[in-house]
Amino acid sequence: MRIKDLDFFYGDFHCLHKVCLEFNANQVTALIGPSGCGKSTLLRCLNRMNDLISTSRVQGEVLLDDQNIYKPDVDVVTLRRHIGMVFQKPNPFPKSIFENVAYGLRVNGVKDKTYVQERVERSLQEAALWDEVKDRIHESALGLSGGQQQRLCIARAMAVEPAVLLMDEPASALDPIATQKIEELIHKLKETYTIIIVTHNMQQAARVSDVTAFFYLGELIEVDQTKKIFTRPSSQKTSDYITGRFG
Amino acid sequence: MKKDGTNKDTGLGRGLVLSQGNVAVDIDRSTELLGRRKLFQSVTFWLFRLSAAVNGIALLVVVFFLITKGWRAINWTFLTQPPMDSMTKGGILPCIVGTACLSIGALVVAFPIGVASAIYLHEYARLGRVLRVIRLGINNLAGVPSVVFGLFGLAFFVVWLDMGVSILAGSLTLGALTLPVIIGASEEALRSVPDTYREASLGLGATKWQTIYRVVLPAALPGILTGAILGIGRAAGETAPIMFTAAVFYTPSLPSSPLDEIMALPYHIYVLATAGTEIEATRHLQYGTALVLIVLVLGLNLFAIIYRARLRKRQ
Repeated sequence: MRIKDLDFFYGDFHCLHKVCLEFNANQVTALIGPSGCGKSTLLRCLNRMNDLISTSRVQGEVLLDDQNIYKPDVDVVTLRRHIGMVFQKPNPFPKSIFENVAYGLRVNGVKDKTYVQERVERSLQEAALWDEVKDRIHESALGLSGGQQQRLCIARAMAVEPAVLLMDEPASALDPIATQKIEELIHKLKETYTIIIVTHNMQQAARVSDVTAFFYLGELIEVDQTKKIFTRPSSQKTSDYITGRFG
Repeated sequence: MKKDGTNKDTGLGRGLVLSQGNVAVDIDRSTELLGRRKLFQSVTFWLFRLSAAVNGIALLVVVFFLITKGWRAINWTFLTQPPMDSMTKGGILPCIVGTACLSIGALVVAFPIGVASAIYLHEYARLGRVLRVIRLGINNLAGVPSVVFGLFGLAFFVVWLDMGVSILAGSLTLGALTLPVIIGASEEALRSVPDTYREASLGLGATKWQTIYRVVLPAALPGILTGAILGIGRAAGETAPIMFTAAVFYTPSLPSSPLDEIMALPYHIYVLATAGTEIEATRHLQYGTALVLIVLVLGLNLFAIIYRARLRKRQ
């Protein structure tokens, strides 16, 4: 996945400035930066979720497999199947655990009951949640703890087998133990998916990602291997942010 | 504890004394002020409680009045027989049936249109002049007096569309009256569904309609249904809209088609009390009918409230 010269506007506000970024397959890329620097906005540009905001405007290209997703003839609905998203606050539907994970399959027209059953089980296993919920899989998802709900949301996103997984501060609403489980999960998942994660927690970025991109006020300041960014950053701003000079 | 052994009650609880270093706080004065403030608060809260109580009391007074005046008329015959002997004897079965038909008819008209409108207004419509005009229309529709609805129904459904005085005309008229209620309740229900659900659904590759149909509507359903029940309750009790469009003084048989004219509970009360031939003699029947009507409406409202509370608890 690649971003080429992306500019983004909320009405008159120029939010992202000529962003060029490349995401390698089967790697975790972390987007870090102070609040309001546009990292969540950038993430939402990748699956065209910003289309929901009527005043948003995009210039430039976002390429998935060398195809620009902002071309006018692109079917957004299919696109979002290939690019999954996990949100900051866990948001399972008020349905059963099973129906939550099966939702993506059902809306995409999958009717085969056994296939749905298998995929739900497999997704929950991949999300490290199966053992905890297998006995109450038809009970309401709202009865799960925060950490479990977030893992459910991850399972739900994975059920449709996307190529890319976007995570917008997935662990920020969770306690440390749940956070740790999510981070372990991300480690495991990158073998199958390309993961792009937004986080304001620098230690998390350091723990979890292979590549880190630092944003400031809508501009990409520096992008490099995580180890290098956190030990020998090339830009002064990056090193200021990482050492906590501003945040 | 102060050095001189005093332990004044500052209103924070016994034994807790405030002092600021070397400057002693004037505890006496602040206690007095605190007492006055508390008194003022008590008085205002009691006024609020009284206002709320007036609501309940008013309802109880009305119900109590009707029960004492009307319970004598209630018996099995009253509820299952048609009126006889110039309405002085017999029962109100045709009225009960007629009111039921009209209420269900109004719902059949208003519910689909109302819910669909609410979905359009909340999920699809874009801000702009068209939206404002529609909302203006709905708000004004809600403010139209019921007798004006009745005249409209007479002119449009009964005469112009040639439906005659019938359940059909009455249902359409009542439906128009109930429409704003259902739109309002449905929109509120849709608004209460968090946007995060919609985002999650769209993020999984669902279309907008799939999102509405599979996630938003089921989540909003309790609120929508409650609105529908309250809507029926309102429609059941209206007199003016049905006076010209569906209800008649007397009809010998129960309705067999939507084009039949019917008797109805609220209209029956009106008729007995003003235009009937034996006003005084039927007084107890009037109260009896009123009692049946209010039990019906209150029962529906109570059902709606309990149902909504149960669903809220489940969520």
